[in-house]
Amino acid sequence: MIEYNFAYLDEQTKRMIRRAILKGLAIPGYQVPFASREMPMPYGWGTGGVQVSAAVLTPDDTFKVIDQGADDTTNAVSIRTFFERTAGVQTTTATQEATVIQTRHRIPEEPLNDGQILVYQVPIPEPLRFLEPRESETRKMHSLEEYGLMHVKLYEDISRHGHIATSYAYPVKVEGRYVMDPSPIPKFDNPKLGDMAAIQLFGAGREQRIYALPPYTQVTSLDFEDHPFEASKADHGCGMCAATDSYLDELIIDDTGGRMFVCSDTDYCEARQAAGHIGKDNGGKDAA
Amino acid sequence: MQAETLSGGFADPSLHSAHAFRSVMEAMARPGTLQDISGAAPPAPLSPAAGAVLLTLCDTETPVYLAGDADTDAVRAWLAFHTGAPMTGPSHCTFALGTWDALTPLETYPIGTAEYPDRSATLIVECPTLDAPSATLKGPGIKESAMLSLPEHDAFVKNSALFPLGLDFIFTSGSRVAALPRSTEVLCADSKPLSREEGSA
Ligand SMILES: [Zn+2]
Repeated sequence: MIEYNFAYLDEQTKRMIRRAILKGLAIPGYQVPFASREMPMPYGWGTGGVQVSAAVLTPDDTFKVIDQGADDTTNAVSIRTFFERTAGVQTTTATQEATVIQTRHRIPEEPLNDGQILVYQVPIPEPLRFLEPRESETRKMHSLEEYGLMHVKLYEDISRHGHIATSYAYPVKVEGRYVMDPSPIPKFDNPKLGDMAAIQLFGAGREQRIYALPPYTQVTSLDFEDHPFEASKADHGCGMCAATDSYLDELIIDDTGGRMFVCSDTDYCEARQAAGHIGKDNGGKDAA
Repeated sequence: MQAETLSGGFADPSLHSAHAFRSVMEAMARPGTLQDISGAAPPAPLSPAAGAVLLTLCDTETPVYLAGDADTDAVRAWLAFHTGAPMTGPSHCTFALGTWDALTPLETYPIGTAEYPDRSATLIVECPTLDAPSATLKGPGIKESAMLSLPEHDAFVKNSALFPLGLDFIFTSGSRVAALPRSTEVLCADSKPLSREEGSA
């Protein structure tokens, strides 16, 4: 049997990440640099999130991993198994039972509580990167609250498309100070970022940044008086559970181009079906 | 080397520091809450809570300033043996430890820079009690408002006015810990602003 360090990382690395997490919580929305370590998985698999999870987990935790809302993708299963083995944690797919949830690209539909921690895997932590490639310049822009270009870019969307076309990684302002990238969650999830009871931690492995939102932090999506922020919303229900309040994925279900819409949060959808909510593609009548 | 130096560390460093960190993180994420923290038995005059915070967060990368009565040979030897943290003065420390009277005034500690506000000191303040709420808190981590026992008000009001620069505070007493990040707005317990007399005293 191989002896691992608890949660794989050595103690000095965990201490360094833990110090970065505390500074991140003290300065909500600010990106704290940290010295990212090699993890036994590729960068695309959320090594930033994995390192943050490794620094916060204790053996008393119940751990859940979701990848685009699903617990059963290869990525989610690998990370879950990794911490079962290295940290001895219990794992679950039920959002309500989890104390630490690592996520890629979604916030669970079920509201989180004050005993929970949500850890995001972040590919590009810098919301200003597409406007300015130089780190020294984006640091300066954040320090001077120079966010005008960001608004110009969003406004160009409006003049070109009649609305703000950005639908993922939609930038937010935290407590009226730092502009933050919420990771590539759909903008449907943006309203859940603010006033959340759980602690939210963001880890970017390749870019070596950690940032955080303490519970009940004020988070607003950037918008304009004449074009207020609108979270996208489907105009039909989930084909499996008839939910009309969840984020839906479009699935191709046969060779003739048949489609159905189903909750991206699989735990939410399955719990609703178990409670007797049946959608139109699942033998029920359309709830919409 | 004294026996006291070698003892009093975490019996199981990775497990004890994982639990202790969660207590500190909860405290920092939810200002005003009190968290249990255990596993350390540092030499006097350090509290078990302060010992656990030091063991959890300090190492060779984090210069520590021991203020006033906390600066003893026994504490220095214990900290060096268990963490390897170098000793320094207030102006270059990552962590400072002591009573409020020993740690103040605050003007000499690093408060971070405009581009790197995280490069600021965290002060571990040993308190006789955390059970005498004297200030009302508002801000991130707090649903509406919270109460916390603070050694004074003015210094914390000034510190939060520096945001996003500023110091962060961890309060320790016995085996409990609380925290006050720079983002927290500090009001008096009776929630009226500081009177002019108090403010200029
Ligand atoms: Zn559904």
